[in-house]
Amino acid sequence: MVATTPFHERLSTLNDQHLYTHWQGHLSALRYSHAPKHEYFAVRNSVGIFDTSPLFKYRVSGPDAERFLSRVLVRNIAILGPGRAAYTLWCDDRGYVMEDGVLFRHGDDDFLLTSARPALAWLRRHSDGLKLDLVDVSEEFGMLAVQGPRSRTVLGALTDVVNQLGYFDLATDQIAGGEVTVSRTGYTGDLGFELTVPREKCLDVLDAVLAAGQGHGLRPFGEIALNMLRIEAGLPLVDVEWTDSTLAWNDEQRVTPTELGMGWMLKGVREGTRRFVGSGSIRRELEEGTSRWATTGIVLDWQDWNRLHRDAGLFPVKDEVPLSWESWLRDDDGEQIGYATSFMYSPALQRHIGIARVRPDLAEPGTTVHMETTILHATETVRAQTAPLPFFNPERKAAKP
Amino acid sequence: MNDTQVNGGRGGDWDAIVVGGGHNGLTAAGYLAKSGMRTLVLEQRHLVGGAAITEELRPGFSFTTFSYALSLLRPEIIHELDLVKYGFLPLMMPSSFHPTGDGDYLLFGDDTGQNLQMIRRHSRHDADAYLRYHHDLDEVVRAVQPLFDNPPPNLWGTDPRDQADVAWLLSHLGSIDKRVVHNAVRLLTGSAADWVEDYFEHPAIAGYHVSSGVIGSKVGPMSPGSGLVLLFHKMGEHDGHLGSWAFHKGGNGGFTQVLARAAEGHGATIRLDSPVETVITKEGRAVGVALTDGTEFFAPVVVSALDATRTFTRLVDPTELPSDLVDAVSRTRYRGVSSKVNFALDGLPRFPALPDTVDHFGGFLNIGPTIEYVERAFDASKYGWYSERPYIDAAVQSVVDPDMAPPGKHVMSCFVQYSPYELRGSDWETERERFGDAAQAVLEEHFPGFGDLVLQREVVTPVDIETHTGLTEGNIFAGELLFPQMYLFRPAPGWSGYTTPIDGYYQCGSGTHPGGCVMGSPARLAVQRIVRDRS
Repeated sequence: MVATTPFHERLSTLNDQHLYTHWQGHLSALRYSHAPKHEYFAVRNSVGIFDTSPLFKYRVSGPDAERFLSRVLVRNIAILGPGRAAYTLWCDDRGYVMEDGVLFRHGDDDFLLTSARPALAWLRRHSDGLKLDLVDVSEEFGMLAVQGPRSRTVLGALTDVVNQLGYFDLATDQIAGGEVTVSRTGYTGDLGFELTVPREKCLDVLDAVLAAGQGHGLRPFGEIALNMLRIEAGLPLVDVEWTDSTLAWNDEQRVTPTELGMGWMLKGVREGTRRFVGSGSIRRELEEGTSRWATTGIVLDWQDWNRLHRDAGLFPVKDEVPLSWESWLRDDDGEQIGYATSFMYSPALQRHIGIARVRPDLAEPGTTVHMETTILHATETVRAQTAPLPFFNPERKAAKP
Repeated sequence: MNDTQVNGGRGGDWDAIVVGGGHNGLTAAGYLAKSGMRTLVLEQRHLVGGAAITEELRPGFSFTTFSYALSLLRPEIIHELDLVKYGFLPLMMPSSFHPTGDGDYLLFGDDTGQNLQMIRRHSRHDADAYLRYHHDLDEVVRAVQPLFDNPPPNLWGTDPRDQADVAWLLSHLGSIDKRVVHNAVRLLTGSAADWVEDYFEHPAIAGYHVSSGVIGSKVGPMSPGSGLVLLFHKMGEHDGHLGSWAFHKGGNGGFTQVLARAAEGHGATIRLDSPVETVITKEGRAVGVALTDGTEFFAPVVVSALDATRTFTRLVDPTELPSDLVDAVSRTRYRGVSSKVNFALDGLPRFPALPDTVDHFGGFLNIGPTIEYVERAFDASKYGWYSERPYIDAAVQSVVDPDMAPPGKHVMSCFVQYSPYELRGSDWETERERFGDAAQAVLEEHFPGFGDLVLQREVVTPVDIETHTGLTEGNIFAGELLFPQMYLFRPAPGWSGYTTPIDGYYQCGSGTHPGGCVMGSPARLAVQRIVRDRS
């Protein structure tokens, strides 16, 4: 059974391709036009909208809500004030990453957690004995991401709160007759906002956004463009960068927060000042330095890439559509020292880039590695250098309003 | 730093001076500075960019006065000069639109299957021909590209290096499949119409493919030589897609601003409002330049980014040069035939068959329905007059880059042919607006109501191009792309290696190999030569 999102009725009329994938059982546009790269540039140069409604949404409220969330989420919720949002992971009790999502704190005792995969049973299991309500409200809201340098201007015609929101701030306001949560969040690495809209108001809000976007080059973008944008932003994707540890077959498929490049979330873990599911194992990992991998960016050597293709009588390929498979990374001696999980040609950076996992001792930016690829049915390796993430990080993304 | 800014005084000592701050001058400056040379760029105008500038002629409306899109730029330059760091952002043009003249249209995009269906709507025959056409052309591009990206060998040179270069050329040519060689020769010497009609039977589909064969050149699609112009435009690429074009953020002026920042970032100095009068020579060597106000700057390397006429007969005394060189330069064909008619528009034009969509305005609008239409437009120019119904390559750049115009408003750049530099029995001051009217009337034909949208119109004639950019006779390529003016013969036989008869005096403009368009290769190859000479 395939569902549609509350924006679908309108967005589908803007889609002349009818190319959809299924995202959590919902129709999700791969692209709206023949050129996903054009949709990508709308976000990098003007403004794009993406329907992110299929995300699961859990409302957590009550006197123990903060205690509960602090117990299950990797981020430190105690320091997250009302009106703030945070990107977070959650882990199994061995400290392996299960899922990720964004936590929106509306009030002292009122939160909304998004998740790419269903998580209610697992969350419930950790809420025993606590005073809180934990409700799956996934269908009650649509979520619309409005992303790009002109997002503030466009939304500014509908609500003034966008002119006050700092990075990862949120506020509610009336838009098109609905009470809408406006958060300065997104998955593109650019200036952008997300609107969380009561289901029955979604079309009205979307129409208002489309009208406000007139003359600003606003266009809807699909999953292909989103994937390009998030790779440039260095943002991981479940089932691409990692596998939910509770669904993995072995530890090779599992990663820890540190291995996923999210060590910055772990303040206080080593010191033992915070405890959450998996924190004990993570603490040991930190103390003993047992992380197997480090996440890094890689940038291909363009001369090597061009030479390999030209020598084979081919024009150097520059495909912006990310590969849907992993590529091995080797050291100078040919030994495998890591793997690239995401790989694409970045039109904004004019380079082939990837998100990769390498042995921790090789993660220093500027380290030379060799990426396997196939050219004319033969395996070749291309020189690459490790690079810090994110690749694309404009000042406007997190600048004060 | 070394620049004393005293008019009539001494402007300091440099390692290299670049005359002209167009895209090649700036590219050369970037490479020279990167090689460690203290480099000064002297630009005559109040802004850099030469023929690649963006000007705000009306508040909020950015006009690409002359050059208006990017494709030929060699990707190596983007990397070697680290242009992304300085703001390089080539925005994809998602479509290419060709009204067929009968109210219908061709609209091409990024999806081959959909393009084929578009062609089949008009001609089932031309659908698979379309695939072979591009593949055959791409094969020629692959064969010619190494010649593009390397300096022409000196056929008449005697030192081992020259002989090695010649051997390389011969072995490369020998490695190309004979069918591809033949196709290359057909393109290099024949007409675009002959080439295109070998594949396509439908007049509008042929018309669409032929049009790049006449850009900037006094040839019609049926003239021998237009094949070369067609091939030249296919040599470009955008993100690895051959023959594909992009709008740079902020227009081509936005691009040359990036080049200027990159040149400065690598250590070069740019001095505006500094028209160079002459290259100073001493005992047969270039030692510096003097501005029109008398200020002098000294350097052991002087690089002219101007065209051959200016490089060899204006900046230096031609009587000091070999007469065969001066003769060849004086015979250089310029014959500018291209104009720009730029519009500020109150809204988007309307194509009746596509009343509610925007995406057909995302790329080039090719207004030259058939080969015959373009050939007839050419006819007038042979007899010293402009086309009554000109060919137009238009682009509404604000659709792709909304920063080019206020919200809801648009700028439209129209490249218009034919408009010969020399008019018979009149002049461009007299005819400018009539020619603008002719172009606008053609737009009105295809986009009814167009005239009501016009807030402002700018007509840039070949004379204006010459006056403002210094391109002789307003030729946008700094010398026509004619077979006798290419490769070994660009800009003159024996002088295709970026040197001149004057030691220390070099040339790096579009008048040198590989030629015009916003490509940067002449400058890149010239600096390779300069660095080699100094080592």
